[in-house]
Amino acid sequence: MTAAVTERTPVVGTPIDRVDGRLKVTGQAQYTADTPVEHVAYAVMVTSTIARGKIVSIDTTAAGEVHGVLKIFTHENSPRFTQPESDFMKAIVPAQTLMPMQNPEIVHYGQQVAVVVAETYEAARAAAARVRIAYEPGHALLSIDDPKAQRTKPEQFFGSALQTERGDVDKHLAAAAVTLDERYTTPTQFHNPMEPHATLAQWNGDKLTIHEPSQWVKGLQNYVAAVFNLPLEDVHIISPFVGGGFGSKGFSFPHTILAAMAARDLKRPVKLVLTRTQLFEQTGNRPRTEQHLRIGAQKDGKLVAMDHASTIGTSVAGWFVEPSGRITPMLYSCPNVRISHEAAWLNTPAPGPMRAPGETPGTFALESAIDELAVKLDIDPIELRVRNDATQDEEEKLPFSSRHLVECLRLGAVRFGWKDRPRKPREYHEYREYVGYGVACATFPGLRSPASARVRRDKDRFLIEVATHDIGTGMYSIIAQVAADALGVGIEHIEVRIGDSALPPAPVAGGSMSTASVMPAVQAACLKLRENGANEAEASTAPGDEQGRYSFHSFGAQFVEVRVDETLGRVRVARALGVFDCGKIINPKTTRSQFLGGMVFGIGMALMEDGVFDPRSGRVMTDNLADYRIPVNADIGEIEAITVEHPDFLLNPLGARGVGEIGTTGVAAAIANAVYNATGKRIRELPITPDKLL
Amino acid sequence: MQAFDLLQPTDTGEALKLIAQTQDAAFIAGGTNVVDLMKCGVTSPSTLVDITRLPLDSIEVNSKHIRIGALVRNSDVAQHPDVIESFPMLSRAFLAGASPQLRNMATVGGNVLQRTRCPYFRDPAAACNKRHAGDGCDAFEGYHRMHAILGTSDACFATHPSDAAVALVALDAIVDIQSSSGSRRISLDEFYTLPGETPAIENDLKPGELIVAIEIPRGRAHRHSTYLKVRDRASYEFALVSVAAGLEFDGDRIDAARIALGGVGTIPWRARGAEEALVGTSGDSAYEKAAEIALKHAIPRRDNAFKVELAKRAIVRALEMVRQGQ
Repeated sequence: MTAAVTERTPVVGTPIDRVDGRLKVTGQAQYTADTPVEHVAYAVMVTSTIARGKIVSIDTTAAGEVHGVLKIFTHENSPRFTQPESDFMKAIVPAQTLMPMQNPEIVHYGQQVAVVVAETYEAARAAAARVRIAYEPGHALLSIDDPKAQRTKPEQFFGSALQTERGDVDKHLAAAAVTLDERYTTPTQFHNPMEPHATLAQWNGDKLTIHEPSQWVKGLQNYVAAVFNLPLEDVHIISPFVGGGFGSKGFSFPHTILAAMAARDLKRPVKLVLTRTQLFEQTGNRPRTEQHLRIGAQKDGKLVAMDHASTIGTSVAGWFVEPSGRITPMLYSCPNVRISHEAAWLNTPAPGPMRAPGETPGTFALESAIDELAVKLDIDPIELRVRNDATQDEEEKLPFSSRHLVECLRLGAVRFGWKDRPRKPREYHEYREYVGYGVACATFPGLRSPASARVRRDKDRFLIEVATHDIGTGMYSIIAQVAADALGVGIEHIEVRIGDSALPPAPVAGGSMSTASVMPAVQAACLKLRENGANEAEASTAPGDEQGRYSFHSFGAQFVEVRVDETLGRVRVARALGVFDCGKIINPKTTRSQFLGGMVFGIGMALMEDGVFDPRSGRVMTDNLADYRIPVNADIGEIEAITVEHPDFLLNPLGARGVGEIGTTGVAAAIANAVYNATGKRIRELPITPDKLL
Repeated sequence: MQAFDLLQPTDTGEALKLIAQTQDAAFIAGGTNVVDLMKCGVTSPSTLVDITRLPLDSIEVNSKHIRIGALVRNSDVAQHPDVIESFPMLSRAFLAGASPQLRNMATVGGNVLQRTRCPYFRDPAAACNKRHAGDGCDAFEGYHRMHAILGTSDACFATHPSDAAVALVALDAIVDIQSSSGSRRISLDEFYTLPGETPAIENDLKPGELIVAIEIPRGRAHRHSTYLKVRDRASYEFALVSVAAGLEFDGDRIDAARIALGGVGTIPWRARGAEEALVGTSGDSAYEKAAEIALKHAIPRRDNAFKVELAKRAIVRALEMVRQGQ
């Protein structure tokens, strides 16, 4: 262990309040749309009302008559943009590869077709509603069942193979004593961070400054520079506060380009804030998955073969594949495993990563199937999981750096009172509700990327600078904690500056990797300054050869108790407990918030969230927060998250893995399993709404 | 959303004069529905007459009725002691609607005039007979899980979204209407208009008229009543099915009954046939029969067929709850 030697009581590992909390609750934290700029103009986007076809004509006469309108941009008068190559290793990933307003072609409903810029937001909005567009519609591909949709079998997801087989799956499935063959469906989901996506673009000569809530300031800088053919140093991204992202603010979307284009043309700052509906249409989604699980087991529960075949939607506007089968070769010990993924190209908005892409829908299918197998075998579902625990990553053929899944299951069982569960459906009811218990595993990779950090001293003040992000996660706070301990000073002496592309580089706030990547750099820079006594120090850290020697994953166990009023189809999650194995916890308070938020996310997925496209027009029918349901406070019962803390020093010197995404995984399966335990009804198609339980 | 003028009269006569004189004007009170529809581009009045300064915000209680001014906030009706005591279904219906923030803004008069939540109605790019007669209706072939199964027509099957209006219809509420040419009263049940071939006409309110109060006569089967709402989440959610139910017993025998349904009708749906079937019966067995009668004429479609069975079960449950004093 190389953690800092300090004279003070360490603050790492303590539940300090958020250092930026006061700014946020008093409204002083300045988000993009709040940023005051002199002489700013307001942009409002007009979007297509067909999913496929072309624009025949655009009439801007009535729109142009609105007082205060400065200019209306369409494909007819917009400049041509350079389409950037997508390359994650070079920190540039456009989620939507389709460049905006380059030609009359329409490939999805809600596509940007015009931008109205005016002196006021109200004038821009009024004018946008008066832009008249005539279309020539074509046949839109909207369902993965559409035989006309072109299909692709993707090879990999950011380096992780998506078509794999070990052993002989077909042979052992055929010979297995007990088999399961079921299909599971998860609907299209939308991220919906509370803060809408927004861009404030400002040119100074050929230099461009962009304020935008971003999960990846370096990625956005690279993207914007490539699109406008600018030297990297001439693009500056500023993103101090991000009002949630869930993946939708990580990869790049074209609204940024449109704001910058308008600002350049009009020679004044332009602010563009997406409407809630535009968030549904233009900022990514988790595509629908259909997952076919076939599992073979011995009578004692030992798995002998697993086949996990996923069919997913992707978009002609931007390629992304939801890697729902990726967990299956790793989570359990099984000699014969095959996964496959097939994506159908559709005229739907470009998808993108959403909180635990792959693991979230994947754990719903796999962990429902394991529960079904437990019922078939008449083995306790925890016991079945323990019997199949993997002692190494059988896919990568590497030892786990740290794996305490069984401990999570065992501890959770005690804390939750698993022994009191109903042994059979409808065994126990209270008043009009059946009681059901459910369990499922949670899992997420333990990722780490290179990162740099700088520390500057001014008397007894220390400024930590790094181009990382606080998307509501607590990054400001944990940087201050790690820096305080490494410098041996009180946390009140630390100031943190992040969310700025001019700062030392850090990875995307995605893949739950910021803590594991950024903290080592912060710690190293502080130790360096402390050792050399200078007023400034910078350090770069990166994962080493441990990456080829170990498999890094976080694990967890989700427990829920549901109450089901079967007559009316109502499900309540009365209790939920998550037990997580994520290495060293830097701040138990912000970590707990991450876990609880993730679990609530999972409750929404299980019971409510359902992104629906109109079968003919392709419009998102659930394009607002009234019709696209996520839980409200009244939906959440008793909820708690605890950790088993085993620092993972093989991953980094702090022993910390990320906590942002794992909380969501496994929840939907645990709830579906609990609903089965309560009622005997197995729901394999999310969400579990009243109509499915009648 | 388009620019508009805002007028803020302080007495009712002035407001009625302004609405009669001004082209393309509309009333606004809490604004929870009007502003929303203006933002969607469904309506764009050039003038809004703000009525929140009018003296229509009191609740009057006497031995014959309770009279609720049109500007009383939903949350205030729900919390009113006499409403809680004498008309529990109404208090519960108001509490079941929307969210606390919306209930603190929304008014009783606006609530009964609430427009449908049909997503095709709310989208000016979609075909909708309610917005433009004869344009057709995209909901029939489209997504219609939330749509109505009772009172539908070939032109429209959009659901009336109000919770409170369901209870008000069950309670025989009377609408008090004024215009610059006088005043009139009509029962809320008769006030609503089925879509038929003219779904744009939703009620009997004429241009220039203003609802000034809702009056609920004290009657039978009020006190033992409840409002049951089945929905996809616990709050801030429209009903899949809701039931306003009230019973009055003579010993074990049902002496009077009130049933109205929400979430299933193109208007708040009074189930008089079911009420009649209950009177004179005793025991729970009559509840199922009443539920069958209430849904006899339901027209289920692809996405909303489940509502038929769900509504029947909800009626039975609501009646059980009333009988058990819940």
